[in-house]
Amino acid sequence: MNIITVAKLQKKYKSLTAVEDVTLEVGEKEIFGFLGPNGAGKSTTIKILATLVKPTSGTAFVGGFEIVRQPHLVRQSIGLVFQETTLDERLTAGENLYFHGMLYNLERSAMAGRMAEVLAMVELTDRKNALVKTFSGGMKRRLEIARGLIHYPRVLFLDEPTIGLDPQTRNRIWDYIHHLRLRENITIFMTTHYMDEAENCDRIAIIDHGSIVALDTPANLKKMVGGDLITLLAPNRSEVKRIIQETFGLAAVESEEQLQLEVESGESFIPSLAGRLNGLISSISLRKPTLDDVFIKLTGRDIREEAADNWGMMRAHMRGRNRK
Amino acid sequence: MRVSKAIYTIWLRDVIRFYREKPRILGMLGQPLLYLLIIGNGLSYSFRMAAAPQGFNYLEFMYPGIIGMSVLFTSVFSAISIVWDREFGFLKEVLVAPVPRWSVAIGKALGGSTIAMLQAAILLLLAPVIGIKLGPLTVLKLLAVLFLIAFSLTSLGITVASRMETMEGFQMVMNFLVLPLFFLSGAMFPMKGMPPWLETLMRLDPLTYGVDALRNIMFATSPARELLVQFPLSTDLAVVAAMSLVFITAGTMAFSKVE
Repeated sequence: MNIITVAKLQKKYKSLTAVEDVTLEVGEKEIFGFLGPNGAGKSTTIKILATLVKPTSGTAFVGGFEIVRQPHLVRQSIGLVFQETTLDERLTAGENLYFHGMLYNLERSAMAGRMAEVLAMVELTDRKNALVKTFSGGMKRRLEIARGLIHYPRVLFLDEPTIGLDPQTRNRIWDYIHHLRLRENITIFMTTHYMDEAENCDRIAIIDHGSIVALDTPANLKKMVGGDLITLLAPNRSEVKRIIQETFGLAAVESEEQLQLEVESGESFIPSLAGRLNGLISSISLRKPTLDDVFIKLTGRDIREEAADNWGMMRAHMRGRNRK
Repeated sequence: MRVSKAIYTIWLRDVIRFYREKPRILGMLGQPLLYLLIIGNGLSYSFRMAAAPQGFNYLEFMYPGIIGMSVLFTSVFSAISIVWDREFGFLKEVLVAPVPRWSVAIGKALGGSTIAMLQAAILLLLAPVIGIKLGPLTVLKLLAVLFLIAFSLTSLGITVASRMETMEGFQMVMNFLVLPLFFLSGAMFPMKGMPPWLETLMRLDPLTYGVDALRNIMFATSPARELLVQFPLSTDLAVVAAMSLVFITAGTMAFSKVE
């Protein structure tokens, strides 16, 4: 059963088309990654699914409810964690959770128990009565995730959940995400600029120029790029190149001091390669294609540059961005 | 049920935030005292020399005006929390909640009114110092009128704040709106004997009727009543009620359009 169904979604503003044609389905309990360069239509799509923006045409169902006709039912069944904090920093962690629970009509009798439960999940139990302004960036993000969960949503939207956090904290956040999928039976729909993190997703959709250009598992997406990349260092490159051509029927590419060749399965190829070239080479290295490579191939842009852009933009337009 | 819960939540948040900010509480107490002490006494002494009618006590005249003014400033500027929330992100949390926007606007209006009412109540406690005796029933009536005034002015603030993206913009627009509202309200000088153009402007200011309602109630049995009030109480109340209705409608409509 699909928890999110999007069909031919389109959003046009006066002079530009933010979303051209988005069709996708997300299954229950999936961790679904939504990637794309800045301005590709990523955040507009999320805003439409979260009923913050109305589509120009097309339909979408979230948790069984139609986003235009039943916005409040959709909102009740989703949790949202935005890139910028939306906590009230002058309230305590507990108060932030309490107000959220009230706005989402949580039964008063169930409130205290549920608050304790989500706080424990993100290990903030002992900070319940502390003002949020005393929290670190990682703690705030964890509290936001806890808050997004308090009303038992069926889908949790995470927009760049780990941006601006140190690697250790990022890993912790991922632990929580995996953990809560098991515990809460929840679907996670997320965006990220960190390709190594996108590996955590069950499936990934890549959006560019307002349309989905690829949608598959990380492993299958990487297959699109080609095989594994083997790099050799050898004193006599032309000799080695000839042997490889004769023995394996592969054309190695000579670049600077190295030889590079592409094979389907690097791990099992290296032993026979090394056996044949014994004594002729000084080093072998294997590189698997990454989602970065997939992203570059599909969008023509490097997502790491996008991420850098994004940070620059955030600093320059912090005030502007918060308004949206 | 769901809507009342939302209104209560938004109200409660504003109240909690208020009592947590000690400087704001101090400012709330200090500001009107300062006005009463300096402007009230200063003007009162200089007016004594002018040809004031017999039995006209300027401080008595000014006192309801000062209360009206405190309520005006506190109510209207309480809506700055919307701009503040937008700046710091919390507004988004409220906007994506599955509750109607108008319930949020009403919660905000009630939150601002509550704080303004607290201030008004403290000022009413000072009545004996000014030499005015107020019975418990009079105090209740005054609080009821003050609540209507506070509610409409907070709504006015919400109407403006919903369209404003920066604190500076909000402050500018509000000063532009609030100062004329205050000066023309008859809080500081009586309407009687003003040049016709000024009298017309004062008649157009809805706050004039609010301040006049306060005087009507406060000086119901005072021999100087005729000198202090301008309109019958029923007119005052009708205008104040209409003002509440218009401003809360405008406020909820403006807030519903926030993106």
